[in-house]
Amino acid sequence: MSPFLAMLRRDLRISARTGGSILTVALFFTLVGALMPFAVGPDRALLARLGPGIVWIAALLALLIAIDRLFRADHEDGTLAALRLAPISLEAIVFAKLIAHWLLTALPLIVITPLLAVLFGLDGDATLRLLLTLLIGTPSLTAFAAIGGALTVSIGRGGLLAPVLILPLCVPTLIFGVAAATPGLPGSDGAALLYLAAFTLLALVIAPFAAALALKMAAD
Amino acid sequence: MSAPAAFPPVALTVEGLACRRGDLEVFAGVSFTLAPGAALLVTGENGAGKSTLLMALAGLLRPTAGRIQWSGLGPDMLPRDSIHHLGHLSAVKPSLTVAENLGFWRDLYGLGDIGPALAQSGLAGLAHFPAGFLSAGQMRRLGLARLAAVPRPVWLVDEPATGLDEAGAAWVNRLIAAHLDRGGIAVVATHQRLALTGVAETLSLAGRRAA
Repeated sequence: MSPFLAMLRRDLRISARTGGSILTVALFFTLVGALMPFAVGPDRALLARLGPGIVWIAALLALLIAIDRLFRADHEDGTLAALRLAPISLEAIVFAKLIAHWLLTALPLIVITPLLAVLFGLDGDATLRLLLTLLIGTPSLTAFAAIGGALTVSIGRGGLLAPVLILPLCVPTLIFGVAAATPGLPGSDGAALLYLAAFTLLALVIAPFAAALALKMAAD
Repeated sequence: MSAPAAFPPVALTVEGLACRRGDLEVFAGVSFTLAPGAALLVTGENGAGKSTLLMALAGLLRPTAGRIQWSGLGPDMLPRDSIHHLGHLSAVKPSLTVAENLGFWRDLYGLGDIGPALAQSGLAGLAHFPAGFLSAGQMRRLGLARLAAVPRPVWLVDEPATGLDEAGAAWVNRLIAAHLDRGGIAVVATHQRLALTGVAETLSLAGRRAA
């Protein structure tokens, strides 16, 4: 087995064992989405128009609360030092962890999204568009989460610092994601989706290097 | 069990090494050489820089001055591919079983055999229990079993016998002695008087106080 796959399998296995954490993020996402109609009021047309934006905000918030899970445990029990002596680079290890983290936090949210779409009265077409934008856009959020998690790994209880650091980075994802998912917004004919994909690719390229650098500095 | 193959003759030369943590110069002017099959026992009071020295040797932190020179690694080997670093933490995942913990390091480092290492460490009977159930001493044994499972010529170990019972401490001595017999080198940091058989040299770090 390649070191990359070994890393991926270990992270998936640990999360599967401590299944509660996957469920917490998914429930948080569902609850934030389900609370919005109470705040906005029972206006079907308005909810259908705001639906994609609310789902995107709920996904963003849910992914933020999971940031600490990426590197903190490995930093605190000494695993990170031993990982740095693996025959693959720390950047590759970060990328493997990033994939595992996306599969365990963002993918469950995408699976639940049709449920929220029903709640907002989105039709089938709008639901599919929303799912597509989430599928393409959430990897960039996970990439930024990796940077935030790595930067705050040595700060005792980093808590809210990482979200504050990375929220500004998530603005383009949110703009293009919501634009591509909401009919009638500028760019919803396809341009926004392409920008979203480009931004995700950019984030995925930068994040492993930035996060690995931050982790090395944290050990120094 | 057949006798394990000998390591390539790795040697280490350190000249004038200095390290800082934050604004505090932890040590300076540390020099030593290690030939294949030799070990260095690093002693010194708490805070003298034993762990920092091991981390610098492992490449985990950048020294402020001095040179760390590895020789005999082979043409396309990086130092990180030959080094085991066991810090004061054992890098054990509580939710994985004992065998899975060890198997992960075998898979990640790309070679080795976990069976004999489990047997030596006395954890074979616990192989399928989650590591979270282990006592502190057993966790240390599992951390050390990583070194025994994956053959690498350089061992940098920090207080290996912490939390171990007498039999465990004796096992650590045998483990390191066997490693040196194969031509490996080891740097062992400890503030205790460990009776490591085969240890040739002792480096004593003088504790420095912040000015």
